[in-house]
This record gives sequence, C-alpha cells and structure tokens, in this order.
Amino acid sequence: MQRLTVNGVAIDDTFAEAFGMRATAIIITASNRKWARQAAITMTGFATSVIGCGCEAAIDVELSGSETPDGRPGCRVMIFAVSTDELQKQLQNRLGQCVLTSPGSACFAGLKGTADLKLGAALRYFGDGWQVSKKFGGRHFWRVPVMDGEFLCEATTGLTKEAVGGGNLLLVASSSAKALAAAEAAVAAIEKVPGAIMPFPGGVVRSGSKIGGKYKGMIASTNDAFAPTLRGVTKSELGPDDNAVLEIVIDGETSDAVAAAMRAGIGAVTALGPDKGASRISAGNYGGKLGKFHYHLKDLLP
Amino acid sequence: MKPLTFTLRETPPERLDLSSLTPEGLAGLPAREMGGIKLGMSKRGLTVGDLFRVSGSDVQNIVFEGGNSRFDGIGSGMTEGSIRVAGDAGAQVGRKMRGGQLLVEGSTGPHAGSCMRGGRLEILGNAGDHLGGPLAGELAGMNGGLLIVRGRAGAYAADRMRRGVAAVLKGCGDYAGARMIAGTLVVTGGVGRLPGYLMRRGSILLDRMPEELSPSFVACGAPDSVFAGVFDRYLVAEGILKRPLLGAAPGKFGGDNAVAGTGEILYRR
Repeated sequence: MQRLTVNGVAIDDTFAEAFGMRATAIIITASNRKWARQAAITMTGFATSVIGCGCEAAIDVELSGSETPDGRPGCRVMIFAVSTDELQKQLQNRLGQCVLTSPGSACFAGLKGTADLKLGAALRYFGDGWQVSKKFGGRHFWRVPVMDGEFLCEATTGLTKEAVGGGNLLLVASSSAKALAAAEAAVAAIEKVPGAIMPFPGGVVRSGSKIGGKYKGMIASTNDAFAPTLRGVTKSELGPDDNAVLEIVIDGETSDAVAAAMRAGIGAVTALGPDKGASRISAGNYGGKLGKFHYHLKDLLP
Repeated sequence: MKPLTFTLRETPPERLDLSSLTPEGLAGLPAREMGGIKLGMSKRGLTVGDLFRVSGSDVQNIVFEGGNSRFDGIGSGMTEGSIRVAGDAGAQVGRKMRGGQLLVEGSTGPHAGSCMRGGRLEILGNAGDHLGGPLAGELAGMNGGLLIVRGRAGAYAADRMRRGVAAVLKGCGDYAGARMIAGTLVVTGGVGRLPGYLMRRGSILLDRMPEELSPSFVACGAPDSVFAGVFDRYLVAEGILKRPLLGAAPGKFGGDNAVAGTGEILYRR
C-alpha cells in the first residue's frame, strides 16, 4: 500500500465509509453550566451506536448565556438514528427521563430542518392538564409545572435527512498510551468543529468492529484485522511495531461537517507526531459498496 | 413604486368607513376608479375623491397622510402589505386583520385590533376601550398576532383574548384582560381595578404588583421562571420594550378561580 507521511505519521491511502442518517439537535439549558452539562450527559448516556442503543448522541457544543434562547448556559445536543420513527422515539424517551427530570432544565429546538420532531408537544401530557401553551415570536412553547417551578420546552425541533454517520479515523500506535494520547488530541480538535459529534466514550472506541461474525445473529464482531494480538492468525493490517489501535467515530449534521471533523482530527494527530502519539492513521470501510459517503484521507490532510 | 398615499384635504364632516382601503381591497383597481370608492356613513355619499388627494401606486404600501378620529375600520381584515396612518384613527382599527403591518402614529378609538388573528398592529399614541376585544355577541377577542400600544389603553384591554400577544406600555384602565381565554397581555405603567377579572387561562404580565385584584385570585409565590426570561428577551428583541419586564423570578397570582382558574398574573417584584 502506498504510504503518505505527514510529520512522520503515515497516512494510509484509504477512505472512511459513512452512511446517511436522520439527525436532530436540541439546546438544553439550566441555571448553571454544571447542570446544563449534567442533563446533556445523562440524556446522551448509552447512545454510542445505533446497533445496540437505538441512536447515537453526544454534546455538539457548549453554549454561553448569550447563545441560548433563555440567556442561561447550555449545551447543544445532537441525536442520530437510522429512521425518523426511531429518532422520535429515542428523543422523546431521553427528553422525558433525562432532561425533564434534571433540576432547573429547559429545552429548545437546536435545528431548523425539513420536518419537525415533537419535544414539548409530546412531553406536555406530564402536566396532567396544568400544562400551558405559549406561542410568541413565531415559536411555540409548552410550560409544564414541576416541583422546582416549570419545565419550559419548545413544542418541536427540526429533523435533517442530510446527516452522515460513521466517519472515522483509526489511530495506530506502538503502545496503548501513545494511541490514547493521539486519540485525546483528535477528540479535543474535533470537539471544536460545529455540527459533528463523537458518540463513543470520551469520543474514543477501542473495540472497532467489522460487519457480521462467525456466530449466528451477530451484527458486528471484533475488527480482527486491527487487533494486535491476532497478527499471527488473521489477515492483519498491522505491522510488527503496532501494538494498539483506537478509533474515532464521527457523526455529522452534514457531509461537510464530517469531513471538517476528520480533517481536524488528522491535523491534531499529525501535529502530535509518532514519538508521542500515533505512527499511522487509517480508516474503516466496507469496500465502498455499503456507504454512500466516502472520505479519502489523502483529501483531508492538514 | 411610491406608496399609495391618501392625503386628507380637510376634516371629514362625518364618520368614515375606511375598511375597503386595504392592500387586498385595492389590488388590481385602476387608479381612475379609486376616487369613486364610497367611504361616507350617511346619505351624503362621500367618496375617496371628495376627501383625499391620491398619489402613488403601490397598493402593498398604503399611507394615510393626516388622520382623524372619524377614520373607522382602517386595515379591516388586511392579510398582507402595510398601512401607515400619519395621525389619529377612529374605532376598530385593524379589526380582524390576519397579516401585514399596520401602524397608527396617533391615537385610536375603541376596539382597536378587535378580533385580530395575525400580523402586527402598532399604535404610537393611546387606544380606546376594548383593545383587541370582541364586538357584542362575539365569543372571542384577539385571536393571534401582535398588538402594541405605546401609549395608554382604556378599560377592558384584551377582553376575551384567546391567542397572540398584546402589549400596552403606559398603563391601562379597569378590567385589563377580563374574561381572557388564553394568550398574553403585557402592561407596563400600571393597571386599573380588577385585572384578569373572570379570566379562564392566559397570562397577564405586569411591571409591578397589581393594586386591586379580585379576591378569587390566589398568590402563588415567586418560583424561578424560564418562561419569564425567554419572554423578556422576546419583548426586547421585538422592540416592544427596551428593558426586561419580569426578571428571573416574577411573583405570581393564579386565577380567576371564579371560573377555570388556570390563568396567571405575573409581575416584577
């Protein structure tokens, strides 16, 4: 395989293969940053992969008081799913169990899209008849009485069908500590890219997967080609000095957001260099036949 | 294109019904026929030509140069475009309007914005009684849109209001928000006796604690209200107020418990 090198970090001539998804975004606010983050983190917990969680979700950006509809600190949370129905179901459940319940929270639309998903329009029934509808300035809100006052929630948020899920980078290093350092650098850079989230723990996946497996019913199984302990028994992608691989998975509001996030990640990993971080960057694909979106690493160099 | 301008020649001798002079009412009408439109309310049969000098041709942008308290029904049922009245207006300005912009630079008579459903009606002077309210026999008053009175409003402001936002900036008379069904009434500068009398639902937002309430209202403390913060920002962004109205934790009275009792009077503490 032809090797490109940036600052001593080899870049594979390959591409990340990603899929079209449905996505939405909401803005969660609270009386301070701590509780806005808490509501957002709780809502996006257990939302790493659509394979087992129904959706993929994470905080996109944190917002200061001047950027939110109510002047309080907040977070923009993005949620991705494979169908509109599943997205609505996940949104409603997570909003009801995690945001409505969080002290002092309020929730607003975070996306203008082609169609609407219900927020307050679904949760209002919690008000048991004492919920209040308010329409002003072209927006519709529901006020639901709760024990610390009122939960204010916009009636709907937008849905986009332009979203992309599954952009990725594989960071190959000589030790797990270096792989983690490279992954952390990539995550820090990608967090600054608007409209892109990394749904896995801290943005990092250590158990990258391939499609299917030898056992019946397994949708995905371990990515043996990148598992260092299996170099002797499988068609490995790893060289003799590669001892750890970590993956960054990226979902974006648009294809451009995914590309920008991957570019930012590659930039951070190559800036760190092979002595402190990854010696090689690769990407995961399925031969290019399954996903509509292909991101060639050579097009995304810093 | 220049705005279609009706310049008043002299004080009209009788009340006039100007409800036909709206963007949709005049659309496609040849200029020579405009002078023949009947406006008078008596057997005199006054027409546009008798009262106004007409200039300009843009019917989406109508101007009354010089107003009068005898100008009734300006902008009735308008759905688009804009009307500006450089002067006073009579009764029922913007009645049943559904869209567009209507600006009265002077003061208006009773029933301004009566039963309006959409659009923006702004009155720089004072408004008479029954702001946004229904005529006798109608079940609901203001039903949407934005109604702003920069001056003072008379009694029964937002009577039987059902939807939308009405704001009165220099105080209003007795029974503000009486029989409200829903919607939002903002009053700065003080209200008269018994605001929210027999209101079923809806919000009356005040810059101070009301002095005389019906005993069927109940104090509900002053919990933190995100709604108050969002609405304050809306009022400032829309140019209705310069400063926030309610603050983060306004006081609340719930009522009117003589009827459904799910309405609220929120006030800055």
